[in-house]
Amino acid sequence: MELSGGELLMEALKEEEVELIFGYPGGAVLHIYDALYQQNSVKHILVRHEQSATHAADGYARATGKPGVVLVTSGPGATNAVTGIATAFMDSVPMVVISGQVQSRFIGSDAFQEVDCVGITRPCVKHNFLVDSLENMADTIKQAFHVATTGRPGPVVIDIPKDFTTPGVTVPFNYPKTVEMRSYSPPTQGHPGQIRKAVDLILSAKQPMIYSGGGVVLGNASEQLRAFTRELGYPITQTLMGLGAYPASDKQNIGMLGMHGTYEANMGMHECDVLIAIGARFDDRVTGEVASFCPNAKIVHVDIDPASISKNVTVDVPIVGDVGLVLDAMLEQIKATEKRADPADIANWWSKIKAWQANKCLDFELSDTLIKPQAVVEALWRVTKGEAYITSDVGQHQMWAAQYYGFDEPNRWINSGGLGTMGFGLPAALGVALGKPDDVVACITGEASIQMCIQELSTCLQYNTPIKIINLNNRYMGMVRQWQEFSYEKRYSHSYMDALPDFVKLAESYGHVGMNIENPADVEGALEEAFALKDRLVFMNFVTDQSENVYPMIEAGKGHHEMRLNPARELA
Amino acid sequence: MRHVISILMENESGALSRVAGLFSARGYNIESLTVAPTDDPTLSRMTIVTTGTDRVVEQIIKQLNKLVSVAKLTDLTEVPFIEREIMLVKVRAVDSGREEIKRLCDIFRGKILDVTDVSYVVELTGDDHKLRAFLDAVGVDNVIEVARSGATGIARGDKSLKV
Repeated sequence: MELSGGELLMEALKEEEVELIFGYPGGAVLHIYDALYQQNSVKHILVRHEQSATHAADGYARATGKPGVVLVTSGPGATNAVTGIATAFMDSVPMVVISGQVQSRFIGSDAFQEVDCVGITRPCVKHNFLVDSLENMADTIKQAFHVATTGRPGPVVIDIPKDFTTPGVTVPFNYPKTVEMRSYSPPTQGHPGQIRKAVDLILSAKQPMIYSGGGVVLGNASEQLRAFTRELGYPITQTLMGLGAYPASDKQNIGMLGMHGTYEANMGMHECDVLIAIGARFDDRVTGEVASFCPNAKIVHVDIDPASISKNVTVDVPIVGDVGLVLDAMLEQIKATEKRADPADIANWWSKIKAWQANKCLDFELSDTLIKPQAVVEALWRVTKGEAYITSDVGQHQMWAAQYYGFDEPNRWINSGGLGTMGFGLPAALGVALGKPDDVVACITGEASIQMCIQELSTCLQYNTPIKIINLNNRYMGMVRQWQEFSYEKRYSHSYMDALPDFVKLAESYGHVGMNIENPADVEGALEEAFALKDRLVFMNFVTDQSENVYPMIEAGKGHHEMRLNPARELA
Repeated sequence: MRHVISILMENESGALSRVAGLFSARGYNIESLTVAPTDDPTLSRMTIVTTGTDRVVEQIIKQLNKLVSVAKLTDLTEVPFIEREIMLVKVRAVDSGREEIKRLCDIFRGKILDVTDVSYVVELTGDDHKLRAFLDAVGVDNVIEVARSGATGIARGDKSLKV
């Protein structure tokens, strides 16, 4: 089969079983868009801004486990995509971004819409390619998908000069069945000796803590994590990125850890003697001050990326490997041995944890007049039975979503944890809704974040994605305001959202349903009403209490044991 | 501590900037960096001299290994190894100084490549210590210009860095 570059790309996407791509046309990709027009296997979603294309592909990938695919043009198309690429990179999301480039003979001449896409994206991709000939294009695409989806996943950019997609200039199409890259071989099985050492340590613990992260979700190892944790009977805390891998409703789960983690999880981290880190990367929002991190613990760390190990915190037993395979191997060894931690020690440990839990650190005061944002998230959980796919933007609402929407399944909680990209939520929800058309999708956001990519309301109408937008509108960039309250003597520098649009009218002008909710008594009913509109996007503007803060909080430079609790809970 | 890291990587455009970019993005030191194709033209060998604590150097090695273009690498400083660098140095050579420089060249096993009434160009090969010792011996006032290649290195014995 002889194909032009554009046709070849379409056939390659078909071979990779790509159903959806998110993109925006432009000069350098016109040939590709022409090839796209003339085929039926790949569906294209036309976003309104390239940043959204990457976020939508990201949401799609996180919800479905399949790589997200993006198509953008050269120059501004590529630079607009960078924020979404960096977002996917920080959260290790499999993504392939195809960018057009000026004709190869014009590269370096400052041609119209030319930008060094490979150079600009280099620090925020797992790998990138500049296609050097039509002959090599199929191999490059194959390699790009392989690199993006194996090992620790991540975004891969393929920059394609326009002349390699010219209609009529063809090569024989043979899509490679396998990939051989001598310089890339991601690890799989963990080292048996290390696994033995780890199991030995785990079974001799007196105050053990399992700390699991996004790697378990990405590695599709939720079942293994559950089996492992239940066999041991140890407490488990999950990172922001790991929520849902272990059910929130399970009694062994003691909540999220870190900057806005629960009192019991953070105290448990501080006092544990064996820490079992699984697919987590000791991010600074998790560790707090490293010098006082888990002062008494021996640490086991399972991760597929050797560079994650002992990067921020030195560990005692590192295991490099696929998290599911390593958990299987550890569980097998645990089951094969009689040795167990002393039940009296573990019971004692649990009673300590229960005492911390009695503090009820997530309790908050309800009000008759002001809507509490936490209460909205709790009501959302009830109305959706805890089964919705939830995307979020970045800020207070993100933390409340993580704290109050108990995720019992993985892949349901989709947020920008690493890069913290405001504007992520709506386009990500678009991607989720397209990838999971039969499921309920909600975007928890704030009036600041939502305005960063709000133009995607138009895309949502075009593709009929019935997302429910939960806008927790407190007229502040809430998290900025909170830090200013705590650390800058309430000098609220530019954190006030003035001149807000009428969100109801805005939603309506985009052809959607808008709702304004100001009374606490109306919250649950309004949610019921909105979610009953199964095939409509509903923009729910909740006017919330402006003074609410996210608690608990570990402030900069503090350790896990130095949390700032909700003043109303301090006395408990 | 000073480490000499040898890397085999795909000989493709942009490979050098991946390594250089990694060092600048993560704030690692580069004392010198040399790169050239090997006997296998699809592979380049790069030698990086860097300094850092054990923890930082461990991260440097892991991060380099993580680059998709890097096929293999070794920290030569962990084994007996040979380090060489070439230096071309233009020195003032007048009056009695001409004889003195010539003698120093012999002692350091350097070669004089170019001669004028007032200067020599000397070629010298060795490790960092030797090159600096020569410059010290010549004296800072007599050094007109220095061009150093940066270090390259290879392990002693039959161990080899190969794909």
